[in-house]
Amino acid sequence: MSSNLYSGAKILLNCLAQENVECIFGYPGGVTLPLYDALYDHPIRHVLVRHEQNAAFAAQGYARTTGKVGVCCATSGPGATNLVTGLVDAMMDSIPIVALTGQVSTKLMGSDAFQEADTFGITRSATKHNFLVKDIKDLPRVIHEAFYISASGRPGPVLIDVTKDVFQGQAHYTPVTEIHLPGYKVYSEGHSGQIRRAAQMMWEAQRPFVYAGGGIIAANASEELRTLIETLDAPAVTTLMGLGALAAEHPNFISMPGMHGSYAANMGMSHADLIIALGVRFDDRVTGRLSAFAPHAKVIHVDIDPAEIGKNRQADLPIVGDVKRVLPKFTAELIELAAAKSKNASDRQNWWRQIRAWKEEHPLTPETSETEIKPQHLMAEIDRLSGGRAIVASDVGQHQMWAAQLIRFNEPRLWINSGGLGSMGFGLPAAIGAQFARPDKLVFALVGDGGFQMSIPELATIANHALPIKIIVMNNGYLGMVRQWQELFYNNRLSQVQLDSFPDAEKLAGAYGFKGRTVEAVKDMPAALKEAVAEPGPYLLNVKVSPFENVFPMVPAGGAIDEMVLRQPQPVEV
Amino acid sequence: MRVTGLLSQRGYNIESLTVARTLDPTLSRMTITVDVEANIRGQVIKQMNKLINVLQATDVRDGPAVNRELMLIRARTNQQNRTAVLKEAEIFQARVVDSTIEGFALEATGDPEKLDEFVDVMRSYGDIEVTRSGIVSMSLDNKKLRLSAPVPRGAAPEEALELQGAD
Repeated sequence: MSSNLYSGAKILLNCLAQENVECIFGYPGGVTLPLYDALYDHPIRHVLVRHEQNAAFAAQGYARTTGKVGVCCATSGPGATNLVTGLVDAMMDSIPIVALTGQVSTKLMGSDAFQEADTFGITRSATKHNFLVKDIKDLPRVIHEAFYISASGRPGPVLIDVTKDVFQGQAHYTPVTEIHLPGYKVYSEGHSGQIRRAAQMMWEAQRPFVYAGGGIIAANASEELRTLIETLDAPAVTTLMGLGALAAEHPNFISMPGMHGSYAANMGMSHADLIIALGVRFDDRVTGRLSAFAPHAKVIHVDIDPAEIGKNRQADLPIVGDVKRVLPKFTAELIELAAAKSKNASDRQNWWRQIRAWKEEHPLTPETSETEIKPQHLMAEIDRLSGGRAIVASDVGQHQMWAAQLIRFNEPRLWINSGGLGSMGFGLPAAIGAQFARPDKLVFALVGDGGFQMSIPELATIANHALPIKIIVMNNGYLGMVRQWQELFYNNRLSQVQLDSFPDAEKLAGAYGFKGRTVEAVKDMPAALKEAVAEPGPYLLNVKVSPFENVFPMVPAGGAIDEMVLRQPQPVEV
Repeated sequence: MRVTGLLSQRGYNIESLTVARTLDPTLSRMTITVDVEANIRGQVIKQMNKLINVLQATDVRDGPAVNRELMLIRARTNQQNRTAVLKEAEIFQARVVDSTIEGFALEATGDPEKLDEFVDVMRSYGDIEVTRSGIVSMSLDNKKLRLSAPVPRGAAPEEALELQGAD
């Protein structure tokens, strides 16, 4: 052990370096002055955002793209409270991020000091776990525990609140060699008996259906998923959080299920006799009315979080474990079963015939028009330029749904979006995080005119670092998804959804020193996109699309997923 | 706070809560009575177990257990019913902890149902004031506490000392 004394700030940065942190997204403040002073000549990269909320979103973009723990940093009081949305968002989507916040000095805590807030209390339910460090001796242990908790089991956000006197304090540094959390259990293997029984059920099922989601991506288990699906030759859907877990171009891929899922996906889910749920949580956007969800199916549910199993839907065969460990065991069992008996080929063929028929009945085809830019057409063009390989960081709303339906993702960690919480203003900062994580990749920030205006401050961050992000604003002049619901369920009483006074894109981008353009004519749109992609620096492309387009299919709230509204209801002739 | 926060955020009503240190001074035992439907019970336990600071959460009703509660009652008495009240206390094995001309303070322990009956009986004699401690529970099962083992960390001590210069 060294006999030197180090400041809390230096100890913290050293621990971050040991955790292989390469990038922190943050914004300084009063109580974090000692930390930022230590950062001044420290090799860890710090990206200055323009609003702390975007630091949390950028850390998420980084984590979602790499699988590593994203890091954000804010000062006490308002800095920390500005992180809350990003933390709750990470909690909902199980994204590993560690948030470092400064806190007023220990002796000032509880006195309503300047920029003091009960960060620890406020973020208790917004995080997987949180810490308040008032003693410098606890700092290394807490940091390593935080990263371990964030990244292991079901990943999630962890917040570390550090008082100013801890940053300024001095201590000898003793490296942490082990992490002891007796109350924290991480499940990985899965019960072997259950696995064998599950494989048997899969083998015997006549209409098996794979329902895979974010858990596959968190576990980096795409390969294992593909092998299982091919061995079983079952149709498969991936949820909004799971897009890319199975290549969109894979023959067994049936798109996304749920409220705005495809017809074939929802019909398949409803008529299956066995649902193989892998790394999913039977979220209400996917299941629709639970009492009517997949009434004839048995359910095999594999998840790393035991609390998810049986939460929304009873599992006939529950398995608590890491899909990366469990799926290969399924595959091995299936191969053995295949060798022993002959496959029930005819029934599977019937099932596939049915699935293909549903796909043909109501495919997800991008609509186009001669006179205006249809949003679906825009997505199809982005898809063409991406070829299944670009990173698309999306905001929240109609554009998000169309993108999920119409843009191919052939690899995991390309589709970056706020699923569970649906936070507007997510897309742009997440794209920043993603671009820092993957400087080699083409990154689209696909946003609506609503969400874009919530994240304008970060145009400065983009300009500052010359990030070649292609910001595509799908501009329909409205808060689209809310307008759609008002049209369909509130007699078209459009209350507070008209987003007037959108800024001139060319002038706005120009104000920040980069290129921007508005495109309105259909014939100009494909070329404009190409121009944006070809630009070596950032580009803001404002695409004016048809204002009253609605996302279909749609399962109305409280509806069953096989009762989709497939197209715009035509006005009744009186 | 974490525990109660979790319960309240999910809308479960806490009927009683006791907490105290165990033989290990670093560990506390919390006994919580929650008002939930039977099908939610399992979910509540699972959510508790997810908390990092919770070593183990179990449903006491899963096996044989002993439940006890302590209650203090202040009862106003008059000349006529004074002896009768004392007799009731004797029947319920309650102790007199204070006695004045205005009435008594009584202490009773037992399972919660017995204490509920005692309250009803005492109420029939006039005004009473009741303070209950909340239920403590002990399982009679031979369940061992399953704790997680320490996980080794990556960095070797030598490289860890390469800090960016001492202060």
